[in-house]
Amino acid sequence: MNEMTKIETTLKDWETDQEVRWCPGCGDYAILKAVQRTLPQLGADPSNTCFISGIGCSSRFPYYMETYGFHTIHGRAPAVATGVKLANPDLDIWLVTGDGDGLSIGGNHMMHVLRRNVNMQIMLFNNEIYGLTKGQSSPTSREGTKSPSTPIGSYDHPVNPCAFALGSGARFIGRGFDVSKNLPDVLKAAHAHQGAAFIEIFQNCIVYNKDVFNDFAAPKGAGDRQLWLKHGEPMLFGDPKTGFDKGITLDRSTLTLKVVDATEENWEEAGVLVHDQTDRNLAHMLIEMPFGPFPMALGVLYDDPRPTFETAVIEERAKSAAGKEANLAKLLAKGQTWTVEANEGHPTD
Amino acid sequence: MATQAAETPTSTPDAVVVRFAGDSGDGMQLTGGQFTLSTALAGNDLATFPDFPAEIRAPQGTLFGVSAFQINFGSREISTAGDAPDVLVAMNPAGLKVNLDALKPGGLIIIDTGEFTKRNLDKAKYDVNPLEDDSLAKWDVLAFDISALTIEAVKPFGLGNKDALRSKNMWTLGLALWMFDRDRAPIEEWLKNKFKSKPEIADANIAALNAGHAYGETAELAGPIKQMNIAAIESEPGLYRTITGAEAVSLGLVAGAQLAELPMFFGGYPITPASAILHHLARLKEFGVTTFQAEDEIAAICSAIGASYAGQLGVTSSSGPGIALKGEAMGLAIMTELPLVIVNSQRGGPSTGLPTKTEQSDLYQAIYGRNGDAPLPVVSCSSPGDAFETAIEAVRIATTYMTPVMLLTDGYIANAAEPWKVPDPDTFEPFPAKFLEEKNGEELLPYKRDAKGARPWIKPGTPDLMHRIGGIEKAVDTGHIDYAPDNHQAMTDARVNKVLGVEVPDQEIAAGEAGGKLAVVGWGSTYGPIRRAVDNARKKGLDVSHIHVRHIWPLPANLGELLKSYDKVLVPEMNTGQFKTVLRDQFLVDAQPLTKTSGQPFTITELDTAIEGALA
Repeated sequence: MNEMTKIETTLKDWETDQEVRWCPGCGDYAILKAVQRTLPQLGADPSNTCFISGIGCSSRFPYYMETYGFHTIHGRAPAVATGVKLANPDLDIWLVTGDGDGLSIGGNHMMHVLRRNVNMQIMLFNNEIYGLTKGQSSPTSREGTKSPSTPIGSYDHPVNPCAFALGSGARFIGRGFDVSKNLPDVLKAAHAHQGAAFIEIFQNCIVYNKDVFNDFAAPKGAGDRQLWLKHGEPMLFGDPKTGFDKGITLDRSTLTLKVVDATEENWEEAGVLVHDQTDRNLAHMLIEMPFGPFPMALGVLYDDPRPTFETAVIEERAKSAAGKEANLAKLLAKGQTWTVEANEGHPTD
Repeated sequence: MATQAAETPTSTPDAVVVRFAGDSGDGMQLTGGQFTLSTALAGNDLATFPDFPAEIRAPQGTLFGVSAFQINFGSREISTAGDAPDVLVAMNPAGLKVNLDALKPGGLIIIDTGEFTKRNLDKAKYDVNPLEDDSLAKWDVLAFDISALTIEAVKPFGLGNKDALRSKNMWTLGLALWMFDRDRAPIEEWLKNKFKSKPEIADANIAALNAGHAYGETAELAGPIKQMNIAAIESEPGLYRTITGAEAVSLGLVAGAQLAELPMFFGGYPITPASAILHHLARLKEFGVTTFQAEDEIAAICSAIGASYAGQLGVTSSSGPGIALKGEAMGLAIMTELPLVIVNSQRGGPSTGLPTKTEQSDLYQAIYGRNGDAPLPVVSCSSPGDAFETAIEAVRIATTYMTPVMLLTDGYIANAAEPWKVPDPDTFEPFPAKFLEEKNGEELLPYKRDAKGARPWIKPGTPDLMHRIGGIEKAVDTGHIDYAPDNHQAMTDARVNKVLGVEVPDQEIAAGEAGGKLAVVGWGSTYGPIRRAVDNARKKGLDVSHIHVRHIWPLPANLGELLKSYDKVLVPEMNTGQFKTVLRDQFLVDAQPLTKTSGQPFTITELDTAIEGALA
């Protein structure tokens, strides 16, 4: 995001008159509401906000936002958004993509928008399936996913979106899920980050991959299965009603994370780690933490800004143009020239 | 030429063709470029043809590693780089072998014997040293050890043999400058500037240049070569410079952006022979140019589309295979009706094809090569100088009609140089771009068209004009998603008619007149050879005219009637007959193809023969 004058708006100001065409019960509805709820809280200006998407269910998102919107082509939204941002660095850009759009056909562009660090919020809706093309397995589908293109189960190894983002050089990695009440906080943190902010949002495709995230997203037992990270706070989790009873610590003999019994009272003695969102190594371990033996790491996993791409481009342009005059006549006549005087040619016929 | 000069010592020819050939590491392109500059400064008309391998450092001495630079210059109008060289400078056996066939009988061969070693002869697949049998008998041969002479000349500068030999090309250039009585001063200046940080290298090269020049004087005394002075051509008064097609396209785009009063965003990806445009523009940031080297061809065009959407002039450039990758994004620009210039520097295809050789085989791709009914205007340039005006025309159409436009150039135009009369920017007609600042109806109508069929250009960030665009079919006026049958029909028609309605000047006749026995119709870089061949034929009294088409799509409104006024229409193209097919389709004329796909431009002789054949 950019420095901006705060504008007073309500959720309604961010809704368009277009009929929302996702399947009833789709997780996208909840994400749409979360975004529409967050933007007024940020004081964002609809006239200065631009949603750019690729192709897929998630990519219909811009049509439902009363902002500028560009629904581009499959996988290419990061490239379009890069051009928009370079042409007008003041725009507040939100990129909307999915696991197929952003990590399969558009994986290359995703890598480059992250490593260049173009200042925008990138929301990747991960439903682990191709929805709009009717349910084929995607690059994030778990091994064994049965789909029309993998009738006896998929057999290729899935990509971990946050690991991909970290490996690509992303300086902000957040994670949330569609119906989570904490999603707006993750969006706000992403918006506050100067640079490419990557947010993986687990999204329930109720038609083709229903409840695939229920293991950790279902309300029942959520406290034991979700680790919400907060910068500077110990990594504790557990049933909030009875209080946190577990924590994450570092096993120094194997340099891996480990779940230990711990409470808000004794976490220090138990060796529970304090989340440092600027620690890339820690972010890597949290991202790779296998769900099952461990809870799902959610919230802001990594946030360590560095100068943005558009700043570098503007600086380079200024440096390259310094001391030079934009005189077209002089440019055209550059290099070694010669003058032909009237009536002084030398015909030889 | 040498023999000509010897036989008729009182006259000099009105044009000479020289080809420098050597190993790709020998600096032949630099030699040719500097010889071109000195020729332009001497006031000759000229045309050049750089011909180099696709490999950056092809194995030394091999046949496929030969790099050549041909220049045709004279005291008369020069329209091509020349069919056959009068002079061949062969820096090694491979250079000789590859280029010998092209040399005119009686022509002069200058050979560096220092490179005619057993090893190099083997690499060039010579069983016998051609200097030692009579295989070169029909030419004049001037063979001497340029390598040794260069080492001798640069000795005072203390360079090792390897570094010393790098000045061989300057020694040769010195000799060539002497042969045509050229001034060495501009080359010396260029060398001093080029090796600013290494003055000893500059000095060594200048010494080599001077030694080559001195050698000419001595050799003349001994007899084998004569100095000749090709007089300046009578040209329109004014300021001139040399320009390559790639430079001209870049300058035209900058000028076009200024006339449209827009900053320019150039998204590119490295590809031969289009990269030169990216390199030129990267140095023109003071003109409000942003250059972005994208991760691939698709990202290059998509970033340019994004920039156009945000209110700049988006430009992308590539060559055949890269253009193919951009196809889907072109459709997006057509659907969202955003201005965009796509420069296609054509090369031999299909697939990777012949990266450094020229062809015109992307015409179908330019006009038809996208999914769906996806029309876009196509313009083509016919020479390096013409590329400047054509680039401005592409920007004008793109911004006036809110459409992507393809500018076709080719490898030959991109690399070739010609003298160019520097235009005065004050004479250009501006076409400032307009942006919608407030609602154009009770509600905003992003797809409401003006009289030209263009929709408004709305910059994101403009207060209260929020709207959504995208690749899905748009509803008339509102631009909302709309799959209705009538709407798709109406929008398809609107897109097609907008492009067909682009204002295109009437087709002019390059040489000859309307009506007659034969029209030779060309487009792009075939201009030079067609023009020369038609002139030759007309001098012989043949009834033939030359028509050269810049506006490939839409075609000029009068072109159909014009073509029908001739008994025969001949279409020479460096492809298998693509424009011929378009002309037949559009005008039901019996256009006959003359095709060539060897990676080399047409020779004048080939066209002379075809014209005579068509009129026989």
